[in-house]
Amino acid sequence: MDAITPVVIATLGAGTPLIYAALGELVTEKAGVLNLGVEGMMLVGAIVAFILVLTTGSTTVGVAGAAVAGALMALLFAFVTLTLQANQVAAGLALAIFGTGASAFIGKGYIGVALERATPAGFTLPIDIPLVGPLLQALHPLVYLSWLVFAGVSWFLARSRVGLALRAVGESPGSAHAVGYPVIRIRYLATLFGGAMAGIGGAYLSVVYAPLWLEGMVAGRGWIALALVVFATWRPARVMLGAYLFGGITIIQFFAQGAGVGVASQFMSMLPYLATIVVLILISRDATRMRLNAPVSLGKPFHPSS
Amino acid sequence: MWPNRGIAWQVMRISLEPRVAPSRAMRWASPLVAVALTMLLGVVLFAALGKDPLAGLHAFFIAPIDSVNGVAELLIKASPLTIIAIGLAVGFRGNVWNIGAEGQLVVGAIAAGWVALQPALAESALTLPAMIVAGALGGMAWAAIPAWLRTRFNANEILVSLMLTYVAQLLLNYLVFGPWRDPQGFNAPQSPLFPEAAMLPILIEGTRLNASVLLTLTAVAVGWVFLSRSFPGYQTRVSGLSGAAARYAGFSERRTVWVGMLAGGAAAGLAGVGEAAGTLGQLLPSLSPGYGFIAIIVAFVGRLHPVGILFAGLLMSLLYLGGDSAQISMGLPAAAAALFQGALLFFLLGTDVLVNYRVRVRRSATTASAQGAA
Repeated sequence: MDAITPVVIATLGAGTPLIYAALGELVTEKAGVLNLGVEGMMLVGAIVAFILVLTTGSTTVGVAGAAVAGALMALLFAFVTLTLQANQVAAGLALAIFGTGASAFIGKGYIGVALERATPAGFTLPIDIPLVGPLLQALHPLVYLSWLVFAGVSWFLARSRVGLALRAVGESPGSAHAVGYPVIRIRYLATLFGGAMAGIGGAYLSVVYAPLWLEGMVAGRGWIALALVVFATWRPARVMLGAYLFGGITIIQFFAQGAGVGVASQFMSMLPYLATIVVLILISRDATRMRLNAPVSLGKPFHPSS
Repeated sequence: MWPNRGIAWQVMRISLEPRVAPSRAMRWASPLVAVALTMLLGVVLFAALGKDPLAGLHAFFIAPIDSVNGVAELLIKASPLTIIAIGLAVGFRGNVWNIGAEGQLVVGAIAAGWVALQPALAESALTLPAMIVAGALGGMAWAAIPAWLRTRFNANEILVSLMLTYVAQLLLNYLVFGPWRDPQGFNAPQSPLFPEAAMLPILIEGTRLNASVLLTLTAVAVGWVFLSRSFPGYQTRVSGLSGAAARYAGFSERRTVWVGMLAGGAAAGLAGVGEAAGTLGQLLPSLSPGYGFIAIIVAFVGRLHPVGILFAGLLMSLLYLGGDSAQISMGLPAAAAALFQGALLFFLLGTDVLVNYRVRVRRSATTASAQGAA
C-alpha cells in the first residue's frame, strides 16, 4: 500500500459516524425540530449495538438494534416536545444527559471487553486500479451504507413529494397544516429518523471504529454533528464534505504522533473541537445567509389550535 | 387526519386545551409530580433488576443522610450544583444557553490552582481570597469566548460553550499529566497538594463540610436580588420572554448575552474553586463528576428561581449520594444516579405541559374510530 491510502481510509472511517448522525439531524431539523440530544442517542446506540454484537455475533443485528434504540430515544424527545409542547432546547439537553446516564448504566458490565475487529467485506475489483482498488477492499460496509443514506436523503428532500411536505412543515407549519399536511406526524417521523441514524452512528463507533465500549465514548461527536448541520447550511452534500473534513482533523493526531511531532497529545486532541468553533464562526458570521438557509420554524413548537 | 393533539383510544380521547393564563399552582406542582414519577421509575427499575424496591428507595433517599456526616456530604455536593445553577439561570431566563459550565468550572479550578501553587503565596492570608477571585475570573474568561463569538459572529453559544468544555478538560489533563504534575506523586496525574493557606476552612469538625457552602449561600442571596429585584435582571427576563418586546423597549440583546454568559462562568468558576480548595486540595483530571451538566437540570427543576434552585440542588445531590449508597449496599451501577437525574428533567418537561395546557378527557367513540390507531 502507498502512503496516501491509509490516510484516506482512516479519514473515511472517522467521518462516517458524523455522516449518519448529521444527516439524521438534518432531516429532523428540516422538519422544524431541533433535537440537541444527538450525543445521548449515539451513546445509547453504541452500547446497544455493542451488546447485541457481543451476544449474537451479527453486526447486522447490532446495527439494526442501535437504530431502534436511537429511534426510541428520539421518540421520548418527540413525545415531550411535540405532544407535550416542551421547550426543544431543554428537552434536547435532557436527552443528551439522560442518554449519557442510560448508556453508562446499561454498559456497566461491558467496559474493557473487546470485540473482534470486523474484517471489512469490501469489494475486490476485477481489474487492479491503484488507490481505488485497495481502498474499496478496506472499507467497512457501513461506510458504503452511509453513502447510500446520503443519496437517499438528498433524493428524498429535493425530489420526493413527502420530502417537499417535510420541508413545508419546517418552513411554515401553519400553512402546511392549513393545506392538510399532518404536521405533528411528519415531525414525529423526521425526529425518529434522526434518532435511528444517530443510533447507527453510535453503533459504528462501538462496533467498527473502536471496537469496544467506554463510558462517554462518543466524546462530543454528537455535538460536532449538530455543528456540521449548521456548517452545511442544511444541505446534505455539504454534510458529507464537512464530515470528512472533521474525520481528517480527527486522525491528524494519530499520524502526527506517529511522525513524532513535538506537541502534547492533549493539544492535538483539542483540534476537532477547536475546528468546530472556527467553522461555526466562519459560517455564522453572515447572519443573512443563516436566516435564508435555516428552516424558519426550527425549534418552535406547533399547536394547531393556536 | 392525524390526531394532532392527544392520544386516541377506542372510547376516550385525551386532548390538551391551552390555558388562558399559565397556572401558578402547576408551575410549582409539576416539579413535585416529576420527582414522584422519578421515584416511581426507580421502583420499576429496582423491581426489574430483581432488587427490593423499598430497600432501593431507602438506599437512595434515606441511607445517605441518616448521619451528620451524611448531611455534610449532601451539602458538599449540593453546593457546586446550586451555585452553578444560579449562574446558569441568569442566562437561561434570557434564552442564553450556556451549557459549557463544566468547562468553566475546570478553568476556574485551574486558575485557582495556579494561585495556590505559587511558592510566594504558600503562607499568605491573601492566598484564599486571591484564589476565589482567580477562579471566578477564570470561569468568566472561558464563558466570555462563546459570549463574544455569539455577539460578534452570531456563532451558536450552545455548541461553542460545549466544545470549549472538551478543550478545558484536555487543558487540565495536559497540566496534571505534564508541567503541574506532583514530583512526589508516584507519576499519578495530579498536582501537588495545596498548602494549608490555600484550603477553604472546615466548618464542622469531623466532616468534610467546608466554607464553599458559604460562597453558595451568598450566591443564592445575590442571585435572588439580581433576578427578582434588579433592573438588569428584569431586562434579562423580558429578553427571554419576548425578544421583540425587549428590542422595542431598547434593551440590548448583546448585554443579555454577556450578562448571562458571564454570570454562569463566574458561578462555575467559583464552584471549581470550591472543588479544588475544598474537598480535593489539589487538581485532578476527575475534578468534577459532571456538576456543570447536572446543574442544567438543577436550574430547570428549580424553576430558574434561586430558592427553588437551592432545593433542587439538594435533591440532585441526594441522587448522587444515593447512587453511591445503592452501589455499595445493593450492587447497582453508579450510573443509576445519572439515569435518574436525566429522567427527572424529562419528567419535569413533560409535566410542565400542565402549566400551559388543560387536559380534557372526552368520550367520543366516533372520532376515535375515524382517526384510527395513533
